[in-house]
Amino acid sequence: MNTETLERADTGIGDASRMVLTLTVAGQLCGVPVLAVRDVLGPQTITRIPLAPPEVAGSLNLRGRIVTAVDLRRRLSLPPRPAGERPMSVVVEHQGELYSLLADQVGEVLSLSPAERAANPPTLDASWKEVSLGVHRLGESLLVVMDVECLMRLG
Amino acid sequence: MDDLLADFLVETNEGLQSLDGALLALERNPADASVLGEVFRTIHTIKGTCGFLGLPRLERVAHAGENVLGLWRDGSLAVTPAGISLILTAVDRIKLIVAGLENAGTEPAGDDGDVIAPLDAAFHGEAVGAAPPPPRPSERPAAAALLPVPLPVPVPLPESLPLSLPGASPGAAPPEATVAAAPQTIRVAVDVLEDLMVLVSELVLTRNQLLQLARAQANSPFTVPLQRLSQITSDLQDGVMKTRMQPVGSAWQKLPRLVRDLSSELGKKIALDMVGEGTELDRQVMEFIKDPLTHMVRNSADHGLETPDERRAAGKPETGRITLNAYHQGGHIVLEIGDDGRGLAVARIKEKVLRQGLATEAELAAMGETDIHRFIFRAGFSTAAAVTSISGRGVGMDVVKTNLERIGGIVEVRSREGRGTTFTIKIPLTLAIAAALIVESGGERFAIPQNVVLELVRVGEGDGPRVEMIQSAPVLRLRDRLLPLVPLARLLRLDGEPGPTSFVVVTQVGTQVFGIVVDRVFDTEEIVVKPVAPILRDVTMFSGNTILGDGSVIMILDPDGIARATGLAVDGGSENNTTVKATRSVAAERTALLLFRAGEGAPKAVPLGLIARLEDLPAERIEHAGEKLVVQYRGSLMPLVPLTGYAMKPEPGTRQAVLVFGDGAHSMGLMVDEILDVLEAPLVIDRGGERPGFLGSAVIAEKVTEILDCAYWLRLGGDDWFGLEATVKQAPPRILLVEDSAFFRNLVVPALSAAGYDIMGVAHGREALRLREAGEMFDAIISDINMPEMDGYQLVRAIRDGGPWADLPVIALSGRAEPADVEAGRQAGFTDYVAKFDRHALGGSLAQALELRGMTAPLDCPV
Repeated sequence: MNTETLERADTGIGDASRMVLTLTVAGQLCGVPVLAVRDVLGPQTITRIPLAPPEVAGSLNLRGRIVTAVDLRRRLSLPPRPAGERPMSVVVEHQGELYSLLADQVGEVLSLSPAERAANPPTLDASWKEVSLGVHRLGESLLVVMDVECLMRLG
Repeated sequence: MDDLLADFLVETNEGLQSLDGALLALERNPADASVLGEVFRTIHTIKGTCGFLGLPRLERVAHAGENVLGLWRDGSLAVTPAGISLILTAVDRIKLIVAGLENAGTEPAGDDGDVIAPLDAAFHGEAVGAAPPPPRPSERPAAAALLPVPLPVPVPLPESLPLSLPGASPGAAPPEATVAAAPQTIRVAVDVLEDLMVLVSELVLTRNQLLQLARAQANSPFTVPLQRLSQITSDLQDGVMKTRMQPVGSAWQKLPRLVRDLSSELGKKIALDMVGEGTELDRQVMEFIKDPLTHMVRNSADHGLETPDERRAAGKPETGRITLNAYHQGGHIVLEIGDDGRGLAVARIKEKVLRQGLATEAELAAMGETDIHRFIFRAGFSTAAAVTSISGRGVGMDVVKTNLERIGGIVEVRSREGRGTTFTIKIPLTLAIAAALIVESGGERFAIPQNVVLELVRVGEGDGPRVEMIQSAPVLRLRDRLLPLVPLARLLRLDGEPGPTSFVVVTQVGTQVFGIVVDRVFDTEEIVVKPVAPILRDVTMFSGNTILGDGSVIMILDPDGIARATGLAVDGGSENNTTVKATRSVAAERTALLLFRAGEGAPKAVPLGLIARLEDLPAERIEHAGEKLVVQYRGSLMPLVPLTGYAMKPEPGTRQAVLVFGDGAHSMGLMVDEILDVLEAPLVIDRGGERPGFLGSAVIAEKVTEILDCAYWLRLGGDDWFGLEATVKQAPPRILLVEDSAFFRNLVVPALSAAGYDIMGVAHGREALRLREAGEMFDAIISDINMPEMDGYQLVRAIRDGGPWADLPVIALSGRAEPADVEAGRQAGFTDYVAKFDRHALGGSLAQALELRGMTAPLDCPV
């Protein structure tokens, strides 16, 4: 898993700590620091966990390891995913445990220039503000860089 | 050999092995301080440990060596080849003594003056003589004698004959003995074992996955190699588990010291008894219990035991006693920490409970003493109690309980005021791999740890048991008890309408028995319990999660959490008398079972009492007789019935395990693959697994086990089993068996038929009395005691009250045959009182009863 991360980092340009993996949640482009990402998976069978916090979609089997899936839509108080659409899994490590962030689509690895970075606009929704490390201007669109540690702070 | 000594030997041998090389390196380079330091440390450690273990001979030699090495290290004496030789001589002698120690467990007798004297001489500054030639192994002891010896040497040695010394030197064993035996143990880092365990766990999962795939395909070519793989995996799993086992005694090592210190600190006289130190458990579990154990012993000494004065006043011996007891029970280890102190003060606990508002006066009044004792496990209760010294004890008992529960353990307390308190801890032997029952509810699958499952009951429409409602609380009438039910779908807030039929998983947590209602039950799987992610720790309903054979993730239900969540918790709800009674009856009816393996699938079991003998026959003795297999056995031909497959002779040269039923001319042998174990377990049969030859299945030692239907196999064994009349001269004695349990009927009827009786079984007393009205006549009656409607005592009174049966011998058959029970039975009118499954006692009792009536027991009566 680590080698994959490294490879992905090596193919990019510049400092790995400035690179993010882009993903889309309800149309919004987001980025997760690539150093936190351990794996990207297609749609998976997810076992529901009764009584778990609503953000927790369930758990899945990643090559013999059990990974808890957190649905980003629910985490960010967004409307549920349309029926029939199956989420992608971005596996991240948090305090030694693996978690899967469920996103609508997973894009590419981008190297962000600090110059394009802006602070959170004050009007940003509270549930976004909590997890956003800042906003990047990317040509046409804006990319929200997410803080994995904050994403994992549920409830 | 005690553990300390064994450890010492392992350590010393390791040290000694490297010592020769280090000394030679030192000889080449006398200025190498690090090598010198290493040699010094090794010898120093040996000396130090010897002193501790009481090995004076070894200590003296090591001490002499250490003296010289110390001077070298300080630089006050130059390292010379002659000096190295001296040290080598000492090392050889140490090896010799260690070898003797290994063989005999004690130091071999002998004198080492010849080695020590020159060392001491060197230490006292006397010049070490001209360098002797490097000693050959057989001459090493002799090297010492080449040196000037100023100190008295015990055996006067003519100095002109130095080379004759090896043989003459006292204590010197033959040279080959100086080669230390290869150590029988090696030290392995715990991490390596942990990694191995993880790998084996994964292997088990993968194996399960493969088996599941293979099951889906008929006639897969993989089936046979897979079975082999499966077996090897199981063996590997067992092997790796064993590497992690440690005797519980190692967790107790510090306790005697603790008790001694507490004893002087508190001014109490305390004796500590430890029983079952050798009981083994997983080292991971051990780590978990060390602290709670210490805590509880401290509690017993501090709060449980009284001062000598108080004890004298109470008429007890001055010395208080703390008892630790460890033993295995099923897949658990049970630890008891008891004291004979003042016991828990119920009144004080009540007072405290009221003050903290944990229960009302009325609630307390309705509670049993046990319930009140359990308050000491309540969080907050105990801490507060400790501060105000209100309660007799209970410092941090909630912490102890929580810690134990985290590893699936249970702690219970038994106490009598003035008599003492005993804490019982029950913990699983290992945390790594467990058997679990896979169930489905609301469309989701869950695993329930097998060790809490007592039985499975199918409920639904039709004649079978039904779920009934008391207000909104579902219950199930199960035999003579009322079982509270927990519908899993409702508890976990799952959607989906329950189907027309469902299953009740009868579960026991502590003394509480309840049923978990699920939609479907799949099979049992071995699972590797993995902890849930930290963000799910607040969900108390699950103890972990795992990956099933098909690769899907499944949550493992925590029965304790469920009990707690539904108010059935052991420390919350009130003590339900009927439940507790039912539990006791389940626990009391323990049956000695023989566990064996035959063919594929679950292990099989048969009550031990039905088996006459176990044989292990060489294949050559087994012969064909027509299509059947027979063996010449005790002067007659005994038919052999294979439990699986066809009547095939085993391979020549192999042996065949056989269970022999019946005695004398009418015996039959059942061919099985392997005899596994004999154990006592409660026999709760689930008829769900019923198939020809088996009465159903039961959970024995945490495994689903098929219970043999003996009658079926006896019939297969030969035509004359049930047609014995022809061979018996008189008409066989006619026996009536009154027994409500179909299972016991199925056991006793064939056993007595096989013994030549004409036996008839009925299910209860009323049915027996109806036979009397119908004019049936018997020679003797055997009756169970505990039966619904009319118990055995009532039946025997009705029989003795008059009528044609009034004088018949009536033998009581009961799970309990304590002297008091026997007496009660005789008073009620029973002729004799026999324990269930005691085949010989029953046979003897019947024969005796019949003899009194002028009849003879059948020839084959198993007396």
